[in-house]
Formats: sequence, structure tokens, C-alpha cells
Amino acid sequence: MTTEQTTPDEPAAATPAPAEPTASTPAVDPRLLVRESGLAGYLAEFKQKMKNGDLGSVPVVLGLILIGAIFQGITGNFLNPDNLTHITQWIAGPGLIAVGIVFVLLLGEIDLSLGSVAGASAAIAAVLSARSGYSEWLSCLIAVAAALAIGALQGFFFAKIGVPAFVVTLAGLLAWSGLQEYVLGDKGTVNVVHDGVLANLDNYFLGDGDIVYAWGLAVVAVALFAAGQFLDARRRTAAGLTARPVSEIALRTGVLAVVALAAAYMLNQDRGLPLPVLVFLTVVVVTDFVLRRTSYGRQIFAVGGGVEAARRAGINVSWVRISVFMISAGMAALGGLFYASQQGSADKILGGGNVLMNSIAAAVIGGTSLFGGRGKTWSALLGILVIQSITTGLDMVHVNQAIQYMITGAVLLAAVVLDSVSRRTRKTAAR
Amino acid sequence: MTGAPVLALRGVSKRFGAVQALTDVHLEVHAGEVVALVGDNGAGKSTLVKTIAGVHPIDEGTIEWEGEAVSIARPHDAQALGVATVYQDLALCDNLDVVGNLFLGRELKRFGTLDEVAMEKRARELLDTLSIRIPSVRIPIAALSGGQRQVVAIARALVGDPKIVILDEPTAALGVEQTAQVLDLVERLRGRGLGVILISHNMADVKAVADTVAVLRLGRNNGVFEVAGTSHEEIISAITGATENAVTRRQARLAEEAK
Repeated sequence: MTTEQTTPDEPAAATPAPAEPTASTPAVDPRLLVRESGLAGYLAEFKQKMKNGDLGSVPVVLGLILIGAIFQGITGNFLNPDNLTHITQWIAGPGLIAVGIVFVLLLGEIDLSLGSVAGASAAIAAVLSARSGYSEWLSCLIAVAAALAIGALQGFFFAKIGVPAFVVTLAGLLAWSGLQEYVLGDKGTVNVVHDGVLANLDNYFLGDGDIVYAWGLAVVAVALFAAGQFLDARRRTAAGLTARPVSEIALRTGVLAVVALAAAYMLNQDRGLPLPVLVFLTVVVVTDFVLRRTSYGRQIFAVGGGVEAARRAGINVSWVRISVFMISAGMAALGGLFYASQQGSADKILGGGNVLMNSIAAAVIGGTSLFGGRGKTWSALLGILVIQSITTGLDMVHVNQAIQYMITGAVLLAAVVLDSVSRRTRKTAAR
Repeated sequence: MTGAPVLALRGVSKRFGAVQALTDVHLEVHAGEVVALVGDNGAGKSTLVKTIAGVHPIDEGTIEWEGEAVSIARPHDAQALGVATVYQDLALCDNLDVVGNLFLGRELKRFGTLDEVAMEKRARELLDTLSIRIPSVRIPIAALSGGQRQVVAIARALVGDPKIVILDEPTAALGVEQTAQVLDLVERLRGRGLGVILISHNMADVKAVADTVAVLRLGRNNGVFEVAGTSHEEIISAITGATENAVTRRQARLAEEAK
């Protein structure tokens, strides 16, 4: 019972190794995914991915275009530079929280405390700087440090004690909003220092509207992207691996360039590059790099894809879990600071209401799976753009809050349905 | 196959509370040899393998590595010596691609970041030398068949250049063709001079690839056979305890009645 009798219908697998080098090209499995070169191959692979349920960012990008078109059609000024600039200022707070959510979702867990953590951190920063007279930078640092401690505590109970993350963070949701009220004291609202760091965080435009910054950011980003892609392709070719063809790199760079330059143009029509946009984009790029290019990021994916497998591979699962809850809480704190900056004060309701739900919805709408192990921080950006566009658009056509909640709920449900269906399709597409 | 065995267990015992899981067990594995470890459920196969893999340290006896006595107290010790274990339930992450899984926990790096190019290159070389065929090294494990996953799991064990590979029921739950692929792979491991310990319930697989069969029964050695000169029945009877089982009892009773 050896090779000959077992796989008569598949010569490739049955051929013993020594026979192969005689052929000019190595024998290939008929099912091998060979990529045609050039754009045709790119499109073919793209189609294949769609068919297998690997939808990526396509639905959300289409959704964004649709939303933009609809509201522009109704209001006539939705796509105006000042409105779009406002949207970019509003997304930083919930967007940063959504980046934290992405990390937790990658583990296949959920963190319900992030709204409260954002509120508590904003309260700490505002009270320390405006009431206790600490410097604003120090106050912000202490607020973020407090959030990291909160995250470590919640992560400890989840990773070491084994309490489900859902329950730990639900307890946190109550406890930290209690902390928020306690810190704020009787008055309930603390205004941020006038024209200080916190006040400017969400409202400052780089160079006070100098158009150089937006253009510069767009050009540098596109150039770095193209260079990175090109160098990677060259290295892969040198190593004898299939690399992205130049045409594909050109196409990708072109798409990015159009988007980035259009955004820069639009921002410059108004007041230039807002600080929150720069911070949010930087956070997204850095976290994306950490997730995709470092072994720590690989460990997060591994734990999200199979805890036992990760453990056997020598990964310290508890540490990964605790650190991820620290990251999510830290991101929530940053988001809370932007919220406080946006409204000019920290109060009891900051981070309450639908802040948490919007952030979770953003991560999921952007394409991060609720089932763990799949997603990227870019989905926080795309998702929050969708949510904020809907909210802003509905505000502009004077739809009342009750209807807005229902519509946002429906969008979230649609995203989750898409996630579940694409997950199922991916399973059946497995060969 | 002369010289000191790569791995030798001498008089190994292991006790869990009141249960004597292993008693005075001997086992030798040479380079380029496939040793099948067989036995009924509860015979101590898994425990024995776990002592070698460092999951359960032994209570008595010695473990020798290339003739030298060594102590294996943690999984890390076993890995450092060159023992790689492929567990029955596959230790792969469904969401990571083949390259990601092969190098999980020992990623190659360049300037502190993952070196995907080097990892993909080495993954291809490894899969090529083992004649492993999968659709692409960049598709997630979730998209592979059961046999392909098993093959990737075995390849993963080889990334660290081990000398002994332990395969725990590698063909359980696999189809006919997939089983053949895995057995092919076992033979290639032997061809590369690795010692292989193969745990299996499937006598056909054992007869197909193993050189030696070590039988465990109730935590004790119950015979070591050369596969070449041993019949299926002899192994089965060693597993079940030939002289005392339902079949022999029935025969004895019939003989008694015939008198």
C-alpha cells in the first residue's frame, strides 16, 4: 500500500519526488491557483475572491459612494467642503474607539466598557487640567495611563481568571461610568482649558489652513505606498516568488492617489488639514503596520484564529489578551479626549448613549469579523465614515433622533448579516 | 540502522495520583526509522508521547538522546532537543495562511518586522522537498481539505529541523486519498533520516509505513515487532492480550464442552 495504488487519478501527488526535476516545469497540482500575469490575472483573482465570500472592503466602499450620492441628491450640499471637513473632525473620537474595538474583535471577543472608559478618561483629563491645575499634557497622559490600567485589569479578569470578556466589560461599563461621575464631582460638567491642548485637539487646522499640509500628506502617502509596493515586488521577484506586476502596482497607486489628492483638495477648499484627521490616520496606519508586519500582530491573529494552536506554538496567550484589552482601553481614552475637545467639555454623558454602539458598528461595517481572526484597522476608518455620513446626512434633512437610531441599527444589522453570510460562503468555498 | 538510537526510553514509569499510567516502558527510535506505537484505548500511548514531548515529566526511568541521558521537563526542552509533535487535533490557526501557520511562534524577521518574503521562500522550499501540494501557500488554512491541513501540520513540525517527529493519529478522520498523501509524507520523513513515532489505530497504515511496531498494553510494553515478519493477527493479539480475551475464552469453553 504505497503511492501507486492510492492516487491513480492525480498523477502530480503520486509522482515520487526524484522524477520531477527531469521535467522543464515542475508538475503542478491541477487545482493549484496559478495567477495569470498582468491586469487580467488581477481581475480574475479579484473575481475569485468575491465568489469565495472574501468581500474585503468592497461593500463598504460601495456603501459610502451610495450614501454620498443619495444625500448629495437630497440636500444639494452634502458633498460641500465645509460639510465633509466637519465629518472628518467628528469621526476622530468614535474612530479611535473603533480602532480599539478592531483589536478586541480580532481576538473574537468584545469590549463593552469602551464608551465608559472614554468618558472616564476625558473626565480625568479635564478635571486634572482645568480644576487641579496640572499641565494639560500631563493630564492627558495620566488619563491615558488610567485607561491602560483599566484595560489591564479587565484583561486580567478575562485572561487569567477566565471570566467571559462580555461580562467583565459589562461590569466595566457600569463601574467606569461611575468613576466618570465621581471624578467630575457635583457640577457634572468641566470645561476644557480655553484654547489649550485639549480644546485644540479636534479643532486645530495644521498651519492654520496652510494648503501645504494636506497636499504634502497626500503626496508623501502616495509616494511611500508606491515605493513600498515596488520594493516589495522587487524583493519577491529576486527571491523567485510571484510578485505583483507593475501594472497592478500602478493601478493601486493610481486609485490611492486619486482618493488622497481628492481628499486633500476638498480639505483645502475649506480650512486645510484638520489635526484630528492627521492623528486618526496616523493611528490607523501604525496599528495596521503592527497587526500585519510584526510578530505581535501575528500573535493577535493566531489567538483569534485558534487559542489552542497559538498556545502550542509557544505564544503567551494571556499576555496577548491582556495587552489587547489595554490597547482597546488606551484607544478609547484617546477617543474620549477628542470627544471632550469637540464639545469643549467633559460631562457625565460623554461616551454614553450610542458612542459604544457606533464604534462597534463602525468596526463591523468596515469589514472586521465578529467571529475573530479577520479584520484590519482600516475598517475602523471606513466604517466610521459610513456611520458619520449617515448621521450627518440625516441631521441635514432633519430626520429626528429616533429614526436615526433605527436606520443606524439597520445598517449595523446589514453589516453583521454580510459578515455571517460571507463567513459561511468562505467555509463552503473551502476545497 | 546501527549505532545509538536517537531517542531511547528505558524503564520509564508515570503515575497520575492512583493511576499507574506507564510501568517500566522501553522504546527505541533510530534515525530513518518509523516506529508505530499501537495499543488499545487507555494503553498509555498518549501518555508516553506526552512524556517525550515534555508535557508530562516522567517519574522513573531515563530518557536517552543520542546515547546521552537527558531530562525533559517542559515542552521547550523537547523542542530544544529536536522533538516535534503533531497532535491529533490539528494545531493550526484557520484564519492564517499556510506560511503564517508554518512559522507561527518562530517568525523570520528583518529589521524587527516580519520577513514575509523569506518565510514564503522557505515555506515553498520545505513543501517542495516534501512534495506537498497545496493550492497556494497564501491561502488561509480554512480553505484547505482535511488531508492538506494534516500535511501542513506535519510540515509545520519540520520547520524547526527536528530529529524525531511524533505523529498522533495523523490519518484519523482522513479519506482514502488523503490518508495516502499523509503516508507518503511519512515515508519521505524517513527518507530524510528522521525518526518517526506514529501512533495509529489503523493496522493497514501501520503495516504500510512502519518498520517497527511497539505495542503497549495497560501501560506496559507488550512486545516489539519487525513489521516485515509479523502478521496482522500477531499484532492484534499483542494489543488485546492474546492469551486472555473473548476469543480465547470462547475457544477454551468450547473445548471444555466438547470433552
